[in-house]
Amino acid sequence: MIQPAKPDLVTVFIDGKEIAVPKGTNVIEAARMVGTDVPHYCYHPKLTVAGNCRMCLIELGMPMADRATREPIMDPETGKQKINWIPRPQIGCGTTVVPGMHVKTQSPMVKECREGVMEFLLINHPLDCPICDQAGECKLQEQATGYGRGYSRFIEQKNVKPKRTQLGPRVTLDDERCVLCSRCIRFCQEVAKDDVLGFVDRGSYSTLTCYPGKELTNNYSLNTVDICPVGALTSTDFRFKMRVWFLKQSNSICTESSVGANTVVWSREGVIYRITPRQNDEVNDTWMADSGRILYKEVQSGNRLKPTSDLKTSVAAAGSLLQDGAVAVVGSGRSSVEEQFLTAKLAKQLGATSYIVARHGEEDGLLISKDRNPNTRGALVTGLISDLPATELSDLSADIDAGKVTTILSVGEDLTAAGLSAEQLAKVTLVYLGSHANATSAAAKVIIPTLTVFEKSGSFINQQFRLQKFASTIPGLAGAADDRVVLDQLLADVGGASAGSDLPSVWAELSAQIPAFANTAYANIPATGLLLDSSNWSGLDFPEGESLHFKPAAAEATA
Amino acid sequence: MIDLYLNLPVWVQATIKGLIAIGVLIPVAGACSMAERKVSAWIQGRPGPNRAIVPWVAWIPFVGKALQRLGVFHLMADGAKFVFKEDVVPGHVNKFYYYVAPLVALIPALCTIVVVPFGAYIDATTETLKPLILADVDVGILAVFAIGSLSVYALILAGWASNSKYPFLGGVRASAQLISYELSMTLSVIPVFLWVNAPGGNGTLSLFDVVESQSQAGFLGGMWFIFLMPMCAFIFLVALFAETNRQPFDMPESESDLVGGFHTEYGEFKWSLFFVAEYVHMTIGSGVFVLLFLGGWNPLPWIPLEMVISSMPMWLGALVGVGCFLGKTFFFIFFFMWVRWTLPRFRYDQVMKLGWQKLLPLAIANVIFYALAIAMIELS
Amino acid sequence: MSFKTVERKPLTFAERTYVPQIVNGLMTTFKKMVKPNETLEYPEARPPIPEGYRGVPTLVKDPNGREKCVSCQLCEFVCPPKAIRIKPGEIDPTSDSAHVEKAPEAFDIDMLRCIYCGLCQEVCPEEAIWLQNVFSLSGYTREEMVNDKDKLYELGGTLPDKHFKWDQKKAAEDRGNAAH
Ligand code: SF4
Ligand code: SF4
Ligand code: SF4
Ligand code: SF4
Ligand code: FES
Repeated sequence: MIQPAKPDLVTVFIDGKEIAVPKGTNVIEAARMVGTDVPHYCYHPKLTVAGNCRMCLIELGMPMADRATREPIMDPETGKQKINWIPRPQIGCGTTVVPGMHVKTQSPMVKECREGVMEFLLINHPLDCPICDQAGECKLQEQATGYGRGYSRFIEQKNVKPKRTQLGPRVTLDDERCVLCSRCIRFCQEVAKDDVLGFVDRGSYSTLTCYPGKELTNNYSLNTVDICPVGALTSTDFRFKMRVWFLKQSNSICTESSVGANTVVWSREGVIYRITPRQNDEVNDTWMADSGRILYKEVQSGNRLKPTSDLKTSVAAAGSLLQDGAVAVVGSGRSSVEEQFLTAKLAKQLGATSYIVARHGEEDGLLISKDRNPNTRGALVTGLISDLPATELSDLSADIDAGKVTTILSVGEDLTAAGLSAEQLAKVTLVYLGSHANATSAAAKVIIPTLTVFEKSGSFINQQFRLQKFASTIPGLAGAADDRVVLDQLLADVGGASAGSDLPSVWAELSAQIPAFANTAYANIPATGLLLDSSNWSGLDFPEGESLHFKPAAAEATA
Repeated sequence: MIDLYLNLPVWVQATIKGLIAIGVLIPVAGACSMAERKVSAWIQGRPGPNRAIVPWVAWIPFVGKALQRLGVFHLMADGAKFVFKEDVVPGHVNKFYYYVAPLVALIPALCTIVVVPFGAYIDATTETLKPLILADVDVGILAVFAIGSLSVYALILAGWASNSKYPFLGGVRASAQLISYELSMTLSVIPVFLWVNAPGGNGTLSLFDVVESQSQAGFLGGMWFIFLMPMCAFIFLVALFAETNRQPFDMPESESDLVGGFHTEYGEFKWSLFFVAEYVHMTIGSGVFVLLFLGGWNPLPWIPLEMVISSMPMWLGALVGVGCFLGKTFFFIFFFMWVRWTLPRFRYDQVMKLGWQKLLPLAIANVIFYALAIAMIELS
Repeated sequence: MSFKTVERKPLTFAERTYVPQIVNGLMTTFKKMVKPNETLEYPEARPPIPEGYRGVPTLVKDPNGREKCVSCQLCEFVCPPKAIRIKPGEIDPTSDSAHVEKAPEAFDIDMLRCIYCGLCQEVCPEEAIWLQNVFSLSGYTREEMVNDKDKLYELGGTLPDKHFKWDQKKAAEDRGNAAH
């Protein structure tokens, strides 16, 4: 790996604390590095600076020097160079650091500025917190606690603006709550590249709206809800469902495609209420696609497989079927690394050929890639497959027709979707491990219900060969077993050596047997993922095109 | 009717008398338990039990309501409860003695009634006052003491048969306490009989004669013994409280330190027998006190019954006599309860100290004093 | 020195006989006996409920019959024994109070858990939940002891309102719309 060049550092003084920050950093970020929070609304680290909310006002100063001689002017009292404080406050978001800059973020003037800005923001703000979905994670509430005056001097009528506007299929707008920060507008222009939002009218009548004839329909529209500092933009799906302070947050990975966007899953008492992106500057910044946010609905879907017998019995039944015939194992690109590893072990023990099914879809160049399996790379790394998978299992199909395969173990894959016909399925003995019912589970002899990604822990390898872990969010469906446990028990049942199905044991084996995972343990995988050495697979022609923070290997080579 | 009765065989007469005694005493005991709850309630500023009512009684105007307020039906409900409750017998008890103990408690209590006169009537033939009594025996007070003190066996038996710590302690306390106070009690009545039995006359221990000697003419003759011998009355009263296990001497039960004392392991009907026995004791104790010191059936000091009823028909006279006697007795029962809800319980060592070191010397001194006094009066 | 010997006056002879004290006590209790009762005969006679009494928590409507709770779930959050369970819901857009947007779909208070602390009333931004004067509550099953939304409104009734916040809001909205 090429080390990034050491950035030029600039030394600044924030509230008297000296810190060296990279060149080009603004004051808000520099303050964050010394652990000081500069309140702000319009600034967002992943968007351009607009500088329109004025909440981030700070005091700025430069060391004094004699104009003529450039000699530093010293303060005789302290023996240090005198600071020339700019008499008016400056915005922190729009001020880039320069060497020797002094910043005051806690001075009386700064405090007064913040209180003034807060008072202006609140004069027209509705008293909506009790019915506002943002309450609890609202920046306006937070800053009002610190800088609000607690009562209102405003005795005039408040502005009336449209409430409950449907901006698009997934976003509801309440204009009265908008603080006109324009984050949402900038997001649509700069990230989603779908310029549909803008302000109309002027002054305190400014109103956010869609351009005439347009709607906020793009697949990234819910990110505007995330970045809206107040409750103006709300998710229609999450609207009025649950208070955020009741929700437990668990880190997870989006399974929509091989991008592997980092997510936070919000749940309460075993029920998932929403999924939001988690910042990972190497993968998804702070964004994720709308389509990935509704995947949690599969947990409660009506076609979840429910256990019909206890795990031991079904494993024994499956084990005896698997030992009887000529077996093929169809693993999955949706299984975690650990599960794929156990699947591979099981296939080896059974002497079976293993497959996975590729799944391709439209890519949008941002956070959805062509490969819709979150873990195709995992199957390669763990040795479940050695070449890129195809969308159709034509080899397996031929083997069935030729009578070379009589038993198939499918780990959550619907074989009919992978090109096998119903007749072919009827010809073979099927063992199905999975969470939801489909044509394959209907044809299966033995079904072992397993968990969805939200109910188990594990890891995926995304298109960048970045190993990322996800944690279980909610307890599993009663009676359904973790795939890892089932595979491990099956392995033991057919005579293989089981090393334990818990994550540490599986990872002990993984790091011992897979060179790419040498010296890696599950607990040590950083929250932002671990980039693996992908040189072994550089010859393969992966389907993904360019997307956010990702360039295909071929493109990189030519570049 | 009286003739018919007198012509019956003796054993039938005895049975009828016995049934009457039981038929009167047990309801009285029940009523006492009710009264106890009411008295405690009044002292504590509460209305007390006032809820239970039998529907058809409730339909009677005023009376039904009044009975309900008085809590009469709680008494019945309690009784029914005792009868119908599950008979729980702890596994560790000595079954035979465990069952016998309540009977031993009740039988002596009921027996003493036979020698206690509860009224008087003027016999038409002899024109003299005759006692209303079940068995007019001469030993009178001795029989009361003798039979009454048997009840201590019940407590000891119950405490021992229960085979558990608290009842055992209760039983031990009961025996020690009853023995201690019996002495003083017996000594305290000696002066009364010294006074009743003038030298040279026929010696008597009959309680009827005691009342008679309080109904004589003259200042001393018509004076009740409580005025004549207040110290005797006081000692007798204190000992009576101790003998009946009433507060402040209820050491054998002492629920604050012994759970329930000797009857901890008892429930339902068996427990209620102890309960009844206690009230019967109290009733009879009160009766004896009234006879000994409060002039028995005489309505007022210096106004003997004979004087009042001589012009009445016999049955009315008898009723007045019984009425006077019962009135005083019931007041005394009330006094027992009043004391119970007023005084705290003594400590056990205090009880013993009081019995042996205070009351007994006092009783002895008392006997000596009155013996000398009576001798002087007689000699002069 | 952490203790002090209290000098006790030696008992007089009369005191040592107990008799005067006993007589005194008997007099006292006798006086009590003839005094009227201090107790109330409860189900018929009820104690006067003082102002600010914290009885069973209830939900109230405003004088116009609008349910005041907007299911903000603050009471659910603050409730120390977690007695409150709310399922928020959206008000039917055709209803008169559609401008309030939010109302509870289900609102349960488990009275087996409630400790009558009154925090829910204190925290409620809409003055919708009140601990009123119902203090005796009983039931044969655990389920009966959970007051659901209907029961809570039945117990709560209507309380006077000073602010009419949402009515004012609607009036302002109408004014604003008329001006456009
Ligand atoms: S945006 Fe924030 S301050 Fe405004 S109503 Fe919503 S929660 Fe309250
Ligand atoms: S809707 Fe939200 S993000 Fe957009 S301008 Fe208003 S406050 Fe900012
Ligand atoms: S009762 Fe009050 S605090 Fe509780 S949810 Fe309703 S409005 Fe919120
Ligand atoms: S009174 Fe206290 S315990 Fe009861 S519901 Fe309200 S907050 Fe919960
Ligand atoms: S954050 Fe700087 S002006 Fe808004």
